[in-house]
Amino acid sequence: MSEVSNKKFAAQVRLETIKEVGKRGFGHIGGALSATDLIAVLYNDVMNYDPKDPNKVDRDKLVMSKGHAGPAVYAALALKGFFPIEWLDTLNQPGTHLPSHCDKNLTPGIDMTTGSLGQGVSTSIGLALAQKLDGLDSYTYLCTGDGELDEGQCWEGALFAPSQNLDNLIWFVDYNKRQLDGATEDIIDLLNVAAKFESFGWHAQSIDGGDVDAIKAAIEVAKSVKGKPSAIVLNTTKGAGVKYVEDIFMNHHIPLVDEGLAEAIAQCEAGLAAIEA
Amino acid sequence: MSIIYDGTLDKDQYKGVFGEAIEALAAEDKDVIYLDCDLMNSFGTYKFWQGNKNQAFNIGISEANAVGIAAGLSAAGKKPYVHTFGPFASRRCYDQAFLSVGYTKNSVRIFGSDAGVTAAFNGGTHMPFEDMALYRAVPEATVLEVTDAAMFRALIKLTKDRPGLNYIRTTRKNYPTVYSADHAFEIGKAETLTEGNDVAIFAIGLMVGEALKAAATLKEKGINARVIDAFTIKPLDLETLKKAAEETKAIVTTENHNIIGGLGDAVLGGLSELGIAAKVKKHGVQDRFGSVGDQKYLQEFYGLTAEKIVETVEAVLA
Repeated sequence: MSEVSNKKFAAQVRLETIKEVGKRGFGHIGGALSATDLIAVLYNDVMNYDPKDPNKVDRDKLVMSKGHAGPAVYAALALKGFFPIEWLDTLNQPGTHLPSHCDKNLTPGIDMTTGSLGQGVSTSIGLALAQKLDGLDSYTYLCTGDGELDEGQCWEGALFAPSQNLDNLIWFVDYNKRQLDGATEDIIDLLNVAAKFESFGWHAQSIDGGDVDAIKAAIEVAKSVKGKPSAIVLNTTKGAGVKYVEDIFMNHHIPLVDEGLAEAIAQCEAGLAAIEA
Repeated sequence: MSIIYDGTLDKDQYKGVFGEAIEALAAEDKDVIYLDCDLMNSFGTYKFWQGNKNQAFNIGISEANAVGIAAGLSAAGKKPYVHTFGPFASRRCYDQAFLSVGYTKNSVRIFGSDAGVTAAFNGGTHMPFEDMALYRAVPEATVLEVTDAAMFRALIKLTKDRPGLNYIRTTRKNYPTVYSADHAFEIGKAETLTEGNDVAIFAIGLMVGEALKAAATLKEKGINARVIDAFTIKPLDLETLKKAAEETKAIVTTENHNIIGGLGDAVLGGLSELGIAAKVKKHGVQDRFGSVGDQKYLQEFYGLTAEKIVETVEAVLA
């Protein structure tokens, strides 16, 4: 556990994410914010890593398969010292280390390049399998979106991972119920996601994905399960924690400028101040 | 090392060659990991899988997943080898090969078997005429086609530590022996099999044997053909191409692949890069889908024969 509480760290990540995207003026903000509580708990309280040695062999790894949540991951990495916080001002600028979608060759601390949805499922299985083969005690964490589950590759991986007893693989589904074109239930209704994973041979939990304590507890439970991989369905809100963004229904990729940006920053700062009070 | 072609087929089928070679390589290097998509029994690796569950994995019939897992293994320092039939080793996992392997700078070897008409009785659904076109379009990728068993054994080893995406196209059956077992190959260096200054025939895979047969016929007709085994389609050997363009009257390319996007286009691209004008004729599958039949029938059907190469050469020199 670091000196900052998970709740406070999540609020810091939110604020930095909004400022980062605001600097560029637009971005994939809704899905970055819904995954922020997870990202905060992982980097603040769960994962084994060394910001000075981002490639250390026995580190835990995060595959942010919904690569468009990159800006929130970058905020967490910067706050934890992987690179200077000023880099956040360069999101999607020419020559940046921080592209819209995660790129392991550009950003210290990013463990896998993602962006074409579904692909992180298989690459995370490869990483987890290698950890097992090398006798490491480390974990691979995978985060997909909910719309991402429309991709067949997700289910190829979901079928395969239990066959290798990959209990060092924990898959989070950021179930914010919305995808680019609207509500998931209006596009392809995913119905009971946890039940799907269970039937594929995974240990599955469904929790409040906006509650950092619930996330931490679910990870502890997942780690206690031996012989099978774990899925944790995070029931979240797209745009979570920033009312200005939450209130925009189609908030997958939106402009963030002027009064809107100022309002979003003010909301993040108020949230942070309330925690610090 | 030498060229020992006399028209005799390799005694071993290449599925057996692969099975032996990958097992030996895995014993030498613990980081070698073999992944297959439910075709181990078809590719001579079932025994290896049964005997080594830490270095051989059956991913099931899910090529996209297999290539993605291979990418993850590579990112963790492993040296993955993936096999399935050519159409599935290219079309069904192209985005995964492109992004999770190529773009991400992972290093994976993908083996696509049943090159072109060698898919024979599996028919059009299983007959890749476009796999090399797809893989040539992946930046920095290596694209190779196997000529004989000696080369196949060499390429399995040569690609082990080669960075990036490597696509190796092969048959499960066998082609004529061309090289001695100790022949040293270099990726990026084509092999000149016969000398001649009338025409240069750039051939790959199945068509190398046909080109050598054609060269013998052409010789009887007073035409000296320089047969070049261009097994390294990408990177292409520009030095050998330059020499051929400058020293011969015309170039014929021949491939068991669509003439769109394969060796012929690679050679034309090479000439463009070199800035050399040359008379070139592409011989191969003329923008057709695959179909079913025995290999001999299919070679006739698509014109992938020594006779058609002879006709093509005569036409281009006329």
